[in-house]
Amino acid sequence: MSEAAKEKVDPLTGKATTGHEWDGIGELNTPLPRWWLWTFYATIAWAFLYWIAYPAWPLLTGATSGVLGWHSRSAVVDEVANLQTLRDPMNARLAAASLPEIEKTPELLSFARAEGSAIFANNCAPCHGAGGQGSKGYPNLNADRWLWGGTLGEIQTTITHGARWEADPKTHMSLMPSFGRDNILKPDEIVAAANFVRSLSGLSVDKGADLAKGAKIFTDNCAACHGPDGKGNVDLGAPNLTTKVWLYGSDRAAIIERITNGGGGAMPAWGEKLSPEAIKAVTVYVHSLGGGQ
Amino acid sequence: MNATPVIAQPAALPEEEDDFAPLYEAAQKVYPQRVAGAFRRLKSGLLIFTLGVYYLLPFARWQRGPNEPSQAVLVDLAHRRFYFFFIELWPQEVYFFTGLLIVAALILFLMNAVAGRIWCGYLCPQTVWTDLFLAVERLIEGDRRDRMHKDAGSLTPRRILEKTTKHGIWLVIAWWTGGAWVLYFADAPTLVAQLATFTAPFVAYAAIGVLTLTTYALAGHMREQVCLYMCPWPRIQAALTDENALNVTYRLDRGEPRNSVKKAALLRRAGERSGDCIDCLQCVAVCPTGVDIRDGANLGCIQCGLCIDACDAVMRKVGRPTRLIAYDTDVNIKRRQAGLTPVYRLVRPRTILYAALIVAIGGAMLYALVGRSHYGIAIIHDRNPLYVRLASGAIRNAYTVRLTNKDAQPRKFALTLSGLKDAKIEIVGAELDASGQEYVEVGPDKTQEVRVLVSTGAPPQTGSTPISFAARAEEGRTQVVAADHFWSP
Repeated sequence: MSEAAKEKVDPLTGKATTGHEWDGIGELNTPLPRWWLWTFYATIAWAFLYWIAYPAWPLLTGATSGVLGWHSRSAVVDEVANLQTLRDPMNARLAAASLPEIEKTPELLSFARAEGSAIFANNCAPCHGAGGQGSKGYPNLNADRWLWGGTLGEIQTTITHGARWEADPKTHMSLMPSFGRDNILKPDEIVAAANFVRSLSGLSVDKGADLAKGAKIFTDNCAACHGPDGKGNVDLGAPNLTTKVWLYGSDRAAIIERITNGGGGAMPAWGEKLSPEAIKAVTVYVHSLGGGQ
Repeated sequence: MNATPVIAQPAALPEEEDDFAPLYEAAQKVYPQRVAGAFRRLKSGLLIFTLGVYYLLPFARWQRGPNEPSQAVLVDLAHRRFYFFFIELWPQEVYFFTGLLIVAALILFLMNAVAGRIWCGYLCPQTVWTDLFLAVERLIEGDRRDRMHKDAGSLTPRRILEKTTKHGIWLVIAWWTGGAWVLYFADAPTLVAQLATFTAPFVAYAAIGVLTLTTYALAGHMREQVCLYMCPWPRIQAALTDENALNVTYRLDRGEPRNSVKKAALLRRAGERSGDCIDCLQCVAVCPTGVDIRDGANLGCIQCGLCIDACDAVMRKVGRPTRLIAYDTDVNIKRRQAGLTPVYRLVRPRTILYAALIVAIGGAMLYALVGRSHYGIAIIHDRNPLYVRLASGAIRNAYTVRLTNKDAQPRKFALTLSGLKDAKIEIVGAELDASGQEYVEVGPDKTQEVRVLVSTGAPPQTGSTPISFAARAEEGRTQVVAADHFWSP
């Protein structure tokens, strides 16, 4: 049968057929040159070389390591080291320059902003947001009102030492008392103070609110930190209460809640974790978001 | 030939069907013979021209100014620039390459509609390099008959010397081919010096090595196998060709029946008809892909016309009219068989359409190229936050603005804003000129990214307000504009 089939020839083209048929339709045999087959075998041999050269076979406790000693982890480490080497000259300039110098040199500013944005995304964004937009209790770094000061030096200090971060002796420590919880002020006094605070930035107050009483309470209890005119004090982290920027919200309930409970947010001292150059870069980045003073 | 239909019986025993016919066979070596004639001269001329351009173009110079490379054709991967004489392209202008590829494809279609696979026959790199390698082979090992004889014979020291010389020269050409390729990616004279002193980058040697091997394998060993088994173009062109395209064609009406010269003369003397084809097989002997053109349209035929030269030479010798094999159309084959005069329709809807598309796309690209600005501005609005409320109650939006300067000199850009009432614009890191005007300096052939803050004390109540930024270079020659939005609560 096999011999006979091999002799089957298509009468029209004179070419041999494969002998296969589908409903009377045959297939011409056009054999591929054999060296094409060898290229296929060569790819198989190549695969064997890969097994030997690179990590390949899973074992009980690990995998074969491959004679080339290549490892994806060490490849990443090498790449990171290469990148660091590439950045070294600019990092050295960054370390040598003062913060205002960095902002005045377009090249250094671009570099610091690029590095700073990456550092910010890795370290600061979880609380302050991807673009430094902040949220309730976490300051918006784009705005121009600062708790601990918005100059380059003040921002650098805050990032380095954090706020209310007890591990760092130089951290910003002051804390707002809990006027309600600790019974320093009575509830009606707190409401009066809240109405007065709202009036400072032109917000509406309760009908018939006694602003004079509120002002008196403010002078007696709040002015020590927030200033007699409510303009705040960056040395104590006491916010300016006369602006349109509010960390915990400007509505009546939010202000009453702040006066009642006091306290304040904490921020880690990044000096423990980031290099001085990294802190410089992220300082310039935050300052250049737009709110910097 | 067996005249019975191939498949008429019910299926045979299935388990035996698998070993009916071989799936693979030894590749059949083609020994193209030397040939002289008009098409051979055209092919040789194009070979010298195209290879001359390829090997020498990297050394052509084009002065662009102090801050730019002076190589006429340069793909500067490190700096992401492409230079072609007076044209400099940036990565974002890659659509010019897209347009170029579309025009190139349409030119191929047009060539195919006019004269079949002339790209394959005359201009394809595979054809050109194979032709060059064949010339070397002929020079050293002799013509078709000698080579066949030598391949069948035993391996004498003389044969070993010949083979070594041939492969040596092939490798040198292949190496030079790879060497010329890398010169398009760096300053050619510098790179040549580096290559000679072994101080060139590793990637240059690697590229040369790979291209040496591919050229040697493709042009020296694989040759027509590339056209038969690897290249998609023969399959595509089969779908594009039509009955009015000029293809290398054997004139059946004149050629058949085939007879020897003597027998044809006898028949003609007796008043009977005999074809002009004397079955000398010269057309097959010269064919670089080893096909018999007399079988008609053929998968392997690259339309190079060498068989026309071979047949013309034979026809002259036997005193018959030339062009028994010629560029002709399917329509004319049928008309000639029917005794009608041939018609040539090179101008027809298909060719007009291709030509019109080439002119339209080429024209649009040229218009875009000539009219493109040397400067650019691109803007991204801050997403987080969309807007910021300032202490004073004003609303501010922040934007990342990238300014582009394609000039060979540094340029100072002043930024203005329109579409927003009481808008104040502040550029982080801007410098001030003598008149107190803020500007951003962008280096030659560079871009510069700056942060731009826009604030207004009278924010619109609409949420999003369309605004536009304009950047004007200090010379004021051109102004580039980008549209964006200002967001308010």
